[in-house]
Amino acid sequence: MKKNRPVNLDITTIQLPITAYVSILHRASGVILFAGVAVLLWALDNSLASEEQFSALKESLNNPLCQFIIWGTLAALAYHMVAGIRHLFMDIGIGETLEGGQNGAKIALFVAFIIIALLGAWIW
Amino acid sequence: MVTAVTSFGRSGLYDWLIQRVSAVVLAAYTLFVAGFIVLTPDLTFAVWSDLYSTLCMRVFSLAALLSIAAHAWIGLWAVLTDYLTNRMMGAKATVLRLVAQGVLGLVTMTYTVWGVEILWGF
Repeated sequence: MKKNRPVNLDITTIQLPITAYVSILHRASGVILFAGVAVLLWALDNSLASEEQFSALKESLNNPLCQFIIWGTLAALAYHMVAGIRHLFMDIGIGETLEGGQNGAKIALFVAFIIIALLGAWIW
Repeated sequence: MVTAVTSFGRSGLYDWLIQRVSAVVLAAYTLFVAGFIVLTPDLTFAVWSDLYSTLCMRVFSLAALLSIAAHAWIGLWAVLTDYLTNRMMGAKATVLRLVAQGVLGLVTMTYTVWGVEILWGF
């Protein structure tokens, strides 16, 4: 294979369809979530360590910085899961056409938005 | 050219399947825990620690933990082999990518051990 063959993948010159945004957000939320696992393990650790730490964890949901970190982590989890379920549907042959893919992307964005808004309402 | 030597299952087909099996485990676990938190009227420490002291829940949690490790490795491998390439980073790309994967592997391992300690340590 020629190593210096031309590659036309300058993403800034390409107008991206909605499916591309859903895809890149899936990837971005996955990377965020890898850091978010530390937050989730920290919360699980505290919630099980003792009655006092369980209460302290509940208390920390009143701290704005904690609220933001927890909401951000759960938002990434919600989006990543919804977009992942869309992939599983496509694996079994649902929404594989161009139009189906675009509809699936819109549904995934809509559902994720609702869940993330509900999470925000639950935390604040 | 990127070889498959640092991928998880050492073949695209294995990685594809492992990614989906781990995704289903993680979705089931997320929905179960979220459902438990939402549907329990008064979530006290006693109710919560009772749930996690059952063998069933510990095994389910361990399955989720191992799924995170595999799922994250495959996902981050895909990201790193897309961006830390010779085309984008020059000749040092392979070294950079191996260092990055080493660090990520260390973090993944830490998560797994930490999780096991939480589950069996309280």
